[in-house]
Amino acid sequence: MNVGLLLPIARVFAILSLVSIGGVNAVLPEIRRQVVDVQGWMNDATFANLFAISHVAPGPNIIMVSLIGFQLAGLAGLLIATLAIMLPSCWLAFIAGRVVTRWSDQRWIRLLKEGLVPVALGLILASGISMMRTADQDPPAIAISLATAAVVVFSRRNPLWALAAGTCAYVVALRFGLLYHP
Amino acid sequence: MNTSGGQQKLEEVLSRTVSKRELFFGFLKIGLLGFGGVAPWARHVIIEERRWLTEKEFAEILGIGQILPGPNTMNAAVMIGDRFQGVSGVLLCLLGQMAMPLVIVTSLAVVYERFAAVAEVKAAVTGAAAGAAGLVMGTALKMARNIKLTPLALLVGSIAFVAIGVLAWPLVAVVSVLVPLSVAAAALERRA
Repeated sequence: MNVGLLLPIARVFAILSLVSIGGVNAVLPEIRRQVVDVQGWMNDATFANLFAISHVAPGPNIIMVSLIGFQLAGLAGLLIATLAIMLPSCWLAFIAGRVVTRWSDQRWIRLLKEGLVPVALGLILASGISMMRTADQDPPAIAISLATAAVVVFSRRNPLWALAAGTCAYVVALRFGLLYHP
Repeated sequence: MNTSGGQQKLEEVLSRTVSKRELFFGFLKIGLLGFGGVAPWARHVIIEERRWLTEKEFAEILGIGQILPGPNTMNAAVMIGDRFQGVSGVLLCLLGQMAMPLVIVTSLAVVYERFAAVAEVKAAVTGAAAGAAGLVMGTALKMARNIKLTPLALLVGSIAFVAIGVLAWPLVAVVSVLVPLSVAAAALERRA
């Protein structure tokens, strides 16, 4: 374990935490620049691998940063990187939440909350489309995306069933040679 | 039926208390299920399964989380934890949300090299990613339907979607232009 790395890890990710408006995906290019170019902690291939692994795992996308810490300095690195990326932004969210609750009877806070709703929904839909663009290279994958979206809209069942069915369907499609990129 | 349906329903949800235990296990589940993004699962657990918040309240919290730095769902976890159980609620929500993903991602990192080359594993990962994309889109559409957006709000939402999802414009610029417009639109429609 490399103890000397812990401080720079904490510094790099604490700063990124404060600028990561839109979440980690928005600052992904900057994370890569810091980790690969500026600090020289790993090469591009390793970075791409960590990115792929963190996208297979569940959870908030900041676990990508946790994984970078783990790769660099074991469990201590995991802990430090996770805390560094979480603490500053969570602290801000805490204060913002208190402010909004404290003045929730004010007209401008009500309007702000109301105005944020359609923007948030549009952005969620947009992230779905960009995920689809990355994942869906062939008709079976597109069909799985659309079918899963339909299940979510029209049913109150746990969407895990749709996700599991889609995963199995794609493996079956591979077996029957329906994929362009086996 | 689980949404904005009548004043009585709304008050029922507003007066709801959520224990520390419930918060921790709720977010543990959200983190564990959160494949391909946490928002759909947070919505499923918080609104459909446990009814901690109304669709509108949840969307507002996500909206505030969106304009702050950090993942919107993590900011939402902070605000939801604080709302029901104060500072200890915040810590429990964050711990719950991160615990399983951290265990899983480090385990995956350890075994990744061995399984990445298997065609079926690759296909399963692609299938899950395709499903996750659909999950995220379906969640946004369902929320939009349940909240019954006004025509102007619908327009703002569509512009946000096209600007980011289709044209890939920079997020910060889009948000800083759209939020004031959207607030102005909300003020206009309130008056009308």
